[in-house]
Amino acid sequence: MSGSGKPSVLVLRSPGTNCDVESAYAFELAGASTTAVHINGLLENPAMLSEYQILCLPGGFSYGDDIAAGKILALQLKTLRNLIGEFHQQGKLVLGICNGFQVLIKSGFLLPEVNEGYPATLTWNDSGRFVDRWVHLAADDSKCVFLKGIERMYLPIAHAEGKFVPQSAEVLSQLESNHQLAIKYCKSTGPNGAVPYPANPNGSTADVAGVCDETGRIFGLMPHPERHIDPTHHPQWTRMPKTALAEKGDGMAIFENAVGYFN
Amino acid sequence: MSNKTETAELPTSTAETANASQKKLWQIEIWPKPEIPNRLALEVAATARDLGLAQQMQVEAFRGFLVEGDLSKAAIKTIVDQLLVDQVVEQCRFAVCGDELFVETDKSADSYFVMPLPGVTDPEAESIQEALPHLGCSASAVTTFRRYAVTGIPADQKEVLCKKVLANESIEQIIHDRLTLSEIQLGAPYKFDLRHVEIRNVSDEQLQQISRDWQLSLTLVEMQTIQQHFIELDREPTDAELETIAQTWSEHCSHKTLAGRIEYTDDAGTTKYENMLKETIFHATQTIRADLGADDWCVSVFKDNAGIVKFDDEFNVAFKVETHNRPSALEPYGGANTGIGGVIRDTLGTGLGAKPVCSTDVFCFAPPNATVDQLPPGVMHPRSIMKGVVSGVRDYGNRMGIPTVNGAVYFDRRYVGNPLVFCGNVGLLPCEMSFKEPKPNDLIVSIGGRTGRDGIHGATFSSAELTESSDITSGGAVQIGNAITEKMLMDVMLKARDQRLYNAVTDCGAGGFSSAVGEMGEEIGAEVWLDKAPLKYEGLSYTEIWISEAQERMVFAVPESNWAAFEKLCSAESVEAVVIGQFKPTGRLVLKYEENEVADMAMSFLHDGRPPVVRKAVFNAPQVKPVSGASKLSHEESLLKVLGSWNVASKHWVIRQYDHEVQGGSVIKPLVGIENDGPSDAAVVRPVLNSRRGLVISCGMNPHFGDLDPYHMATSAIDEAIRNCVAVGADPNRIAILDNFCWGYTDRPKTLGALVRAAQACYDVSTVFKTPFISGKDSLHNEFSYTDTSGNRQTISIPSTLLISAMGQIDDVKNCVTMDLKSAGNRIYQVGQTKQELGGSHWCLVNEVSGGQVPQVDAVAAKQIFENMHKAIHAGLVRSCHDISEGGLAASVAEMAFAGGLGVDLDVASLKSDLDGTAILFSESNSRFVCEVPEDKAAEFEAALSDACWCLGSVTENDRVVIKNGNESLVESTLSTLKTAWQQPLDWK
Repeated sequence: MSGSGKPSVLVLRSPGTNCDVESAYAFELAGASTTAVHINGLLENPAMLSEYQILCLPGGFSYGDDIAAGKILALQLKTLRNLIGEFHQQGKLVLGICNGFQVLIKSGFLLPEVNEGYPATLTWNDSGRFVDRWVHLAADDSKCVFLKGIERMYLPIAHAEGKFVPQSAEVLSQLESNHQLAIKYCKSTGPNGAVPYPANPNGSTADVAGVCDETGRIFGLMPHPERHIDPTHHPQWTRMPKTALAEKGDGMAIFENAVGYFN
Repeated sequence: MSNKTETAELPTSTAETANASQKKLWQIEIWPKPEIPNRLALEVAATARDLGLAQQMQVEAFRGFLVEGDLSKAAIKTIVDQLLVDQVVEQCRFAVCGDELFVETDKSADSYFVMPLPGVTDPEAESIQEALPHLGCSASAVTTFRRYAVTGIPADQKEVLCKKVLANESIEQIIHDRLTLSEIQLGAPYKFDLRHVEIRNVSDEQLQQISRDWQLSLTLVEMQTIQQHFIELDREPTDAELETIAQTWSEHCSHKTLAGRIEYTDDAGTTKYENMLKETIFHATQTIRADLGADDWCVSVFKDNAGIVKFDDEFNVAFKVETHNRPSALEPYGGANTGIGGVIRDTLGTGLGAKPVCSTDVFCFAPPNATVDQLPPGVMHPRSIMKGVVSGVRDYGNRMGIPTVNGAVYFDRRYVGNPLVFCGNVGLLPCEMSFKEPKPNDLIVSIGGRTGRDGIHGATFSSAELTESSDITSGGAVQIGNAITEKMLMDVMLKARDQRLYNAVTDCGAGGFSSAVGEMGEEIGAEVWLDKAPLKYEGLSYTEIWISEAQERMVFAVPESNWAAFEKLCSAESVEAVVIGQFKPTGRLVLKYEENEVADMAMSFLHDGRPPVVRKAVFNAPQVKPVSGASKLSHEESLLKVLGSWNVASKHWVIRQYDHEVQGGSVIKPLVGIENDGPSDAAVVRPVLNSRRGLVISCGMNPHFGDLDPYHMATSAIDEAIRNCVAVGADPNRIAILDNFCWGYTDRPKTLGALVRAAQACYDVSTVFKTPFISGKDSLHNEFSYTDTSGNRQTISIPSTLLISAMGQIDDVKNCVTMDLKSAGNRIYQVGQTKQELGGSHWCLVNEVSGGQVPQVDAVAAKQIFENMHKAIHAGLVRSCHDISEGGLAASVAEMAFAGGLGVDLDVASLKSDLDGTAILFSESNSRFVCEVPEDKAAEFEAALSDACWCLGSVTENDRVVIKNGNESLVESTLSTLKTAWQQPLDWK
């Protein structure tokens, strides 16, 4: 814990990370202190990780998403697997948003290998291109620390490779029964029945938008909670009477849950 | 299905142990598993379909890599498994390059490999090479490729398939059948050879020939001036000196035509301009600033890479819009890519560096439904150009993490050979960092990308006319960007800025080091050590290094005492920074390669030696002709056609590919309304996360008006840009604007005359509005020449096109409004008067009639309306507001209705106008809005707008748009009919 008594967040930057500033801002609004650290700095001095309670992998295009989204940063982080494992075992939290989720999946930190391969991947949207749009989300009644008390959210996605594909049907049902498919795309009317495009914006299997690990302390999601923390982020805020505007956006709860976990 | 990587056995025993240290070239091919869509193959099939090619074609596509190095099979398997292939969704094979494994088993299939031409940026290959050490290995070279196995294509379509669908030959090569490479070709070492060009004792014809042969784009008079200069110096110039002069004097870098002498004649007589831009557009800004006195909120105009105005007590904002037309005609993806990359470096290179906070992109194309036989030879299909340009902006802007929040797309068949790509960027900079000044003896430091042969002669090429052979001869001018290199550069440069480690910065744009160092050192002098510049590959001559336009480089003036700290900051984030020279207080530009001096010129000759360009311009006031012919369409049919016309139709296919929310400051998005799909007038962002102050970005442009009268086109574009800003809540007294003139061949007096007339209009209107121009850019000679099938030379000139981009401000974003209707029962008002102005309208376009009075601007009345509208919006009287522009009142009301999912019941009789229904519905008169006002605010609203508003009716709960004129029904349609007409044309999959 840092001197201020606030939980401290390491916001990891890499070449192409681009949501680091607003993600750090959301954590700070939630009551954390944050430090942006470049991957080069972390690789040089991995021990610094122990000074933090939360590791945040923000959105962006790490290394240009060359080869596949998140792949190269995942490869770099795998060289720190023991350290990150230790961080996790100490009861600390890891959050990956968009590109950060892709990194967590492709490094195996979120879902460890089964049958000599990763249990799932995030690949190209069915549309074959990048898309920015708002989606309705329903949270599983899961163990995910970040989703405590959250049932529904309205958040934007902005990605090209966000389609969740599991290795097999068995792996999917295992994750489902284990409550790890923590957050899913749903229709505007809520989680009932099939979710057609564009409510499921990328063709994700089982409408999966975010996944947590077995402990609920590592969480990755494609939508951007940090882009809906202010009421004026909502795409239809001008339709509401000024007096009816929410105090904050839906995404704020994720950051508050993370910070609240340590209070 | 197996998750195992499918691996080929190598032919024979490759004796790995015996040849362990031998370099090998490995070929790797990856493709999706059966249930996963093959994205590459689908893209190719769609493009071929667009072009009407090969309906029976079957394509399989592979992404591939060539990896060269001392790598065993086991090592390459690790690279494939750990890095290159995603085993959940992909399969792969690999072997040494050209192995039997890669020969198509289906003998009827044609196999095509597409790979970057040597020297073309290949970002993915660079990333792989940098990632390999994490796997404990390394490669001496990597290149990417795509392979297509194609069946069912007629023999006579194979060439067009290769050239128009599979590859772009200006950046890529196609290899048929099989790769038989043994190594990846990189440059060969360069052997120094100082070259002089003999110009002193040659004829005028020879001078012109030299200008052509060296692609200098210099006129005879300019060549003669250079000749005389070197006769006086009693020596021949070196090639580097000649190239430096050509670049510095290029139209692209010096704007010699518009900032030159022009003798302008119109019906009122002749005016002589010494510097046309200075005496019109800059002069307007000077007048406004003088009037504002102590309230002047401009900071730096027409000086730096972007214009700067005040934002709040802590920050200023910089705004620049550039064009990147010619490169985009040849290679739309790379052209747009480097267009946005370049304008971002413009704001980064403004003052001591502005942090980019949002982008705006405006394009002009030929209609995308053209058939191949309608296209002149040598041009790409407009649909391919549009797809390439949009993906170029998308991939660069999104990777930079800069939201693309505003834009427009215009269509006209005359853009067929000469599409226009305008890229704009807004940056935020601390007030005290708005100016720069390199100091004598500062080090010249280059950071970011390496220098290669890319973009040689871009500055001179962009000043020349395109022809059908441009795609063959100008390949060197086309580049591919690497957004991540620029993002890394931006990250460290903003840190260095905040630590005050440098005195000045500028981007390496057109002209490369030559332009950057030449501009920065103009007042001091500079010595450059060209051999120090880091190169992408060997073999570049000193002149190539000097004029290369390789992307993602910026040049800094760093005091010697700060160099160590600056270098450390860069290396901590893997950004290459190198000292390439020093600003020596000599007044001379000296270039060295190792110990050899390759250029030594007086800065004064470079910057002041160019002979003035003198041009004649003629303008004949156009005669207004009545609208020709009658409409065959009902009002409702006209409305549906207007909504479905290319310019008006929904651009959601474009907009959703851009990240418009990154940086977390989005307030008003480009698509608004109950289903997030209505057309917003302007975008609003909060660039400072803990502040409520907003920036408003919009634009105005209407080339159709210019066909009738360039003066009114210009005034209308300014009015439109401002009213779009005002419509969402911007303060009309805090709007700054930019001009971008894209014109035809301005050596023709009539073409130049139209431009001068438009510039005069800019002065006339902006001074009344008190809206300052803060920056601008021109692109001239936008014409395309070719030989038609009868052997006649044809030229297509673009329509005279003036883009006005506006940047407004709003004190508190909670006062913003959007254009979607909000609640049934609210009143609908028209603000501003409709006139008989159907000239250049979309009604004329869809009814295929011409003539008519083009819309004019009554600037005094308009200013009052804008101010009153702002007061009404600020006071919370307005629930929704939409400007009236393309398609007139009818289109505006229809858009508001379907965006809000509510009907309207309107009677235009309340306008008490003598105009007929057509003019009332479709006239595109300026300075007008439609507003939705709650019943209980109606009196206050009417008072605020004084007599410039009329209540037309009200919002209804149903799904019908009803517009009457007394007892006469003008329009009666449903929301879904209108919305479908609007969304369908560009609803590409």
